[in-house]
Amino acid sequence: MSYAGIILTFVFVNNFVLTRFLGLCPVISNSDRLDHALGLGAAVTFIMSLASLGSWLLFHIVLQPLGIEFLQTVTFVLISAGLVQLTSHLVSRFVPVLERFVGSYFSLITTNCAVLGITLIAVRSDYNAGESLVAGISAGAGFVLALLLVSTLREKLDHEWVPEPFRGTPIAFISMGLMAMAFMAFDRALLVNLVG
Amino acid sequence: MALGLCPALAVTTRVVNGLGIGAALTFVLVSSNVIIALLRDVIPERGRLTSYIAVIASLVTVVDLTMQAYTPRLSEQLGIYVPLLAVNCLILGRSQAFARRSEGGHTVLDSLGIGLGFTVSLTVISLVREVLGAGSITLFPMGNFSGIVKIPVLSDSPARIMVLAAGAFLVTGYLKALFNWTRMHQPRSAQPSQERAV
Repeated sequence: MSYAGIILTFVFVNNFVLTRFLGLCPVISNSDRLDHALGLGAAVTFIMSLASLGSWLLFHIVLQPLGIEFLQTVTFVLISAGLVQLTSHLVSRFVPVLERFVGSYFSLITTNCAVLGITLIAVRSDYNAGESLVAGISAGAGFVLALLLVSTLREKLDHEWVPEPFRGTPIAFISMGLMAMAFMAFDRALLVNLVG
Repeated sequence: MALGLCPALAVTTRVVNGLGIGAALTFVLVSSNVIIALLRDVIPERGRLTSYIAVIASLVTVVDLTMQAYTPRLSEQLGIYVPLLAVNCLILGRSQAFARRSEGGHTVLDSLGIGLGFTVSLTVISLVREVLGAGSITLFPMGNFSGIVKIPVLSDSPARIMVLAAGAFLVTGYLKALFNWTRMHQPRSAQPSQERAV
C-alpha cells in the first residue's frame, strides 16, 4: 500500500481509538481537559512511531532469522516498555522544559494498547521499515485526533445537564459512539477512490 | 471502571468471542498472579514492572498459541486482541496492587472472581450487540447443533450498527448507565464484580 494510503487508513479509516478501540483507557480517563489530552497525545505518537520502527527491526533482524516469531508478543511488549523508560529518562535529562508537559504521561503509556497494537498490526500486515514508521506516526496522529475530538466534546458536556445515571463515563461512551458513527463515513471505498 | 476495555469493545460482536476473550483473560490473570506471588521475593524492586510484564506476556503467548491450535476460527476472530491482553490494564493493575502483599490462595480466588466478572460483563455486552446487530446468538458448535441460534424477526432486518464500532460504544454506554440506574434505585444490592470490569 502507498504511503498516502497508509496515512489515510490509520488516521481515518481504521482510526485506532474510534474503530479499533486501541488506547481507549487513557481517552476515557484523561480526556476531560484539552491540555492534558495534547500532552498525552504527543507522548503517545512519539512512542508509537519509535516502537513500530523498533519492532520491525527486531522482528526482521532477530526473530525471523532465528525462527522464533512466536516470541513476538513478549518482545514487542518489552520493546515498548523499554522505549517508554528510555524516552522518559532522556527527556528528563536533556529537555527538562518538555518534561513539564509530557513527563507525567510516560508512565501511562507503558500499558497503552495502542503502542503494542501498532507493532502487532505493522508486523502482521507485512509492512517494510518505512511503512512501519509511517504507520506508527499516522496511527499516533489518529489517536491525537480522536483524543482532541472527545476531549472537546467532554468539555462541552460539562456545561450541559446530563441525566444522573449517564453522568461521567456512560455519556462519554455514548458521545464516542456518535463520533465513531461519523467516522464510518471514512471507509474502504473512500480510500480506494482517493489513492487507488 | 475503564479498566481492560480494548478487548471488551473490539471483539464483542459475537457471544462466543466474549466468552473466549473472557476465558483467556481469566486464565492469564489467575496464573500471572500465582507466578508473581511465588516470585515476589526473587524480583528486585527496580525491575518489578518489567518482570511483571514479561511474565504476563509469556502467559498471553501460551494462550494465543493454544487458541490458534485448538480453536482456529475463534483465534482468527479475536486477532490481535489476544496478544493485546499482555498490556491489559486490568491484569497489570491487579498484579501491581495485589500480588505483592497477599498470600497465594487468596490471590487465586480474588483474580478468579475478577476474571469471571469480566467474562460475565463481556458476555452481556456481546449478547446485546449480537442479538440486535445480527439477530443471532453464536455459541460453541456441539454435535448436531451448529452453535448459532437465529432469532426469527431480528435476523431478517438486524440493526447492523450494533456490531460495528459505533454500536460497541453505544451499547457499553447505555449498559453502564442502566447499571448506574439500578444501583441508584437499590442502594445495597449491586454486584461489585461486574462494576469493576465493565
